[in-house]
Amino acid sequence: MTELTPLRILLSIMGIMVTISINAMLLVWLERKVAGHMQYRRGPMEVGFHGILQTVADGIKLLSKQLLIPDSVDRPLYILAPIVSLVPIFVAIMPIPFSENLQIWELNIGLLLVIALGLLNTLGILLAGWGSNNKYALLGGARAVAQILAYKIPLLLCVLTIIMLAGSFSLRDIALAQEGLWYAVVQPLCFIIYIITITLETNRSPFDFAEAESELVAGFHTEYSGMAFSLFFLAEYSYMFLASALAAILFLGGWSGPLLPGPVWFLLKLYAIIFLMMWFRWTFPRVRIDQMLNFGWKILLPLSLLNFLVTAGVLAL
Amino acid sequence: MSPSPRPPSYTLEELNEETFILNLGPQHPGTHGVLRVILHMDGEYITEADPILGYGHRMQEKIAESVTYTQMLPYMARMDYLGALPYNLAWVCAVEKLCGFEVPRRAEYIRVITSELSRISSHLLWYGAFLLDLGGFTPFLHAFADREKLLDLLESVTGSRLTYCYYRFGGVPTDIDEDFLTNTLKFVEHLRKSLPAYHDLVTGNVIFEQRTRTVGVILPFDACRYGVTGPVARASGFAYDVRRQEPYSAYPDFDFAIPVEEAGGCLARYLVRMREIEESLNIIEQAIHALPEGPIRSKVKKVIKPPKGEVAMAVETARGELVIHIVSDGGKIPYRVKFRVPSFSNLSIFARLARGQLLADALAILGSLDLVIPEIDR
Amino acid sequence: MKKMKKIHTLFSDCCYLKEILAGFISLLRGMRVTWRAMCSRPHTVQWPRETAPLPARFRGHIELVADPATGRPRCIVCGGCARACPSGCIVVRGEKTADSKKKTLTEFTLNFTTCSLCGLCVESCPVNAITFSRDYALAGVNDEIFSRMNLLADMKNTAGGMAHV
Repeated sequence: MTELTPLRILLSIMGIMVTISINAMLLVWLERKVAGHMQYRRGPMEVGFHGILQTVADGIKLLSKQLLIPDSVDRPLYILAPIVSLVPIFVAIMPIPFSENLQIWELNIGLLLVIALGLLNTLGILLAGWGSNNKYALLGGARAVAQILAYKIPLLLCVLTIIMLAGSFSLRDIALAQEGLWYAVVQPLCFIIYIITITLETNRSPFDFAEAESELVAGFHTEYSGMAFSLFFLAEYSYMFLASALAAILFLGGWSGPLLPGPVWFLLKLYAIIFLMMWFRWTFPRVRIDQMLNFGWKILLPLSLLNFLVTAGVLAL
Repeated sequence: MSPSPRPPSYTLEELNEETFILNLGPQHPGTHGVLRVILHMDGEYITEADPILGYGHRMQEKIAESVTYTQMLPYMARMDYLGALPYNLAWVCAVEKLCGFEVPRRAEYIRVITSELSRISSHLLWYGAFLLDLGGFTPFLHAFADREKLLDLLESVTGSRLTYCYYRFGGVPTDIDEDFLTNTLKFVEHLRKSLPAYHDLVTGNVIFEQRTRTVGVILPFDACRYGVTGPVARASGFAYDVRRQEPYSAYPDFDFAIPVEEAGGCLARYLVRMREIEESLNIIEQAIHALPEGPIRSKVKKVIKPPKGEVAMAVETARGELVIHIVSDGGKIPYRVKFRVPSFSNLSIFARLARGQLLADALAILGSLDLVIPEIDR
Repeated sequence: MKKMKKIHTLFSDCCYLKEILAGFISLLRGMRVTWRAMCSRPHTVQWPRETAPLPARFRGHIELVADPATGRPRCIVCGGCARACPSGCIVVRGEKTADSKKKTLTEFTLNFTTCSLCGLCVESCPVNAITFSRDYALAGVNDEIFSRMNLLADMKNTAGGMAHV
């Protein structure tokens, strides 16, 4: 367990920035390709080999746009919102183990830190919604908060179940405790509930009310354009990365796997979960918000609670 | 077209303080054309919906009073561009009825085949657009992949993909060939095999069903009162199809069912349209197998001068019943032409259905009514 | 097993196991359709590197047909096409020359911006002097290229640059 020296922190922040940027580039391209092929077409093909540099072209376009701040917005909140969405990622990635010895910060309550910081994305959305001084943005922000509240509790209950099984909050220990049998096999219900809740937390279809695909206008980021908009975009894909990384560690055994080195397996599992989320997006129509809230409070919560109690009971015996 | 009859009096004093007005403007992805709806909203619920028409008015009926009967042919496809051939059919049948022209059997069969292909194309596009309204992006492209094959077929016959000008008085201008018949039969087989995938992806999907089953229910009494026709009426229990009630062209020769549902909601309208696609495929197959030989156009004068009188011709388009009423004064230019378009009556029930609904549901209802605004505004 | 199947439903009333199972399976069926779509060949054509086939009856803007024997346009300047057009796109002008009783074509201008490609002009021509072209990749730098298409000049250019009328 290495110390967190200032040099280590500096290097890790630079490393995380690179990771997040490459991840976003890759995910945007992957999303468009997956969407294309599921729709009998090819997606981007022009820029780079099979369109791999398309995100770079889009990024350059977004960066070159004028940073418009409308007069009527609440300036501090408006400017703070994308920052609040994005910055916690830098700290949240630190406790994640990419392999047995590849971890920036070995923390004995790593899981707790990651989940707590993951919540700040919603705060960013709410700040954007309120600070935009736009009733549609506010609606988008309010919907996002309602949605997160409804689904945080089943998520936490699932995670608590895994913690009970592994006996530790440390992410590295949880991954090591799955030698031989992944928790996805032992707790399939938990796994499925977790996948549903992370699809929701990252505002992905079929639950994307707060986002651009809203019926009315562009949701909470109506008033954003250019760099600020791309920051929200980056935040969304980074949270997908984070949530899938957590899924890989909690349920799929982290870095374990034959032949290939640990980090490669970890990334494979991570991107498999992300592909699953993309698959959901391009298959299902959107759920209505009251149906979604009903589902969360009336179905997921009792089921996850039941699962937790049964596991606790079995473990006590 | 005059604007909404009620004068806009949305002053603060008259408004309930808790409601606000949302303008679903002429430019909106959910209104399928230039439709403006003024919604009075109480939070997320709609208390009143007020459609405002006229943004696409092109004076088609006035134009009909200034051009000859033949010159009116290309205008018909521009009214409803998604299912254009039944509109062409309505116009030529109306004038043939007025003048007493005979149409050879082969031409009638060709007209039926192409009109039914156009109907399928319209329903496929509606399927995609309806799902797009609900937030599912993929079925749109799956439907368009099949629709492209269909448009290729129609292009090989008519030369156009969207705005056809194919029928003429007395028949059709160009014949179909063996290639077209083989390809159409291949397409019929292909679409029959693809439809189960459409049902797997959408119809059985629990999210889709929950969003459409109980939404926008039209009671049979209301359907009658508002004069809705087409799949909207058939989804509320009325087995009314102009091809059965007032048969025209070669439709009496074919054996096809009229799909009817009792529930009356968005899901019922969806199911009716999907079954109509299958029935149209049946009609096309029967027509191809029974296609008679012979001339494709009877001899008519170059300049059409119908006798003095009037005629009303009703035709079943993809959206409902289209009635064309022509008054002729004996000259080569019509005296008055009136189009009764199905989307106008179908839209009129929207104001009633939208009351008390969530905005998302109101857009689903608007999508399920299958409106084409240019035909409403003419 | 039962617990696993209870999930993935979005019903507002949860109770019936059979309904919940059916809901879950319906979602899986939908995912199977998109998986199959993803693994199948795309339907698209990478234009402009590849082109889709153009059908024989494709309707581009109209063009004049040259008589193969003389190289002159077949048009007899009857004006039938101009009269048949619902939008008044065609302007046909001719003059009687000294050596012939028939009129010779001097101007044939098409306003393609108002043309609806209805084909009434092509059908009304008694000598088959006009036909649809196969021009589809149309782009120009000014409006005149399309609003005053000089079909006579176009025909002369494509027929080997015959200078005489």
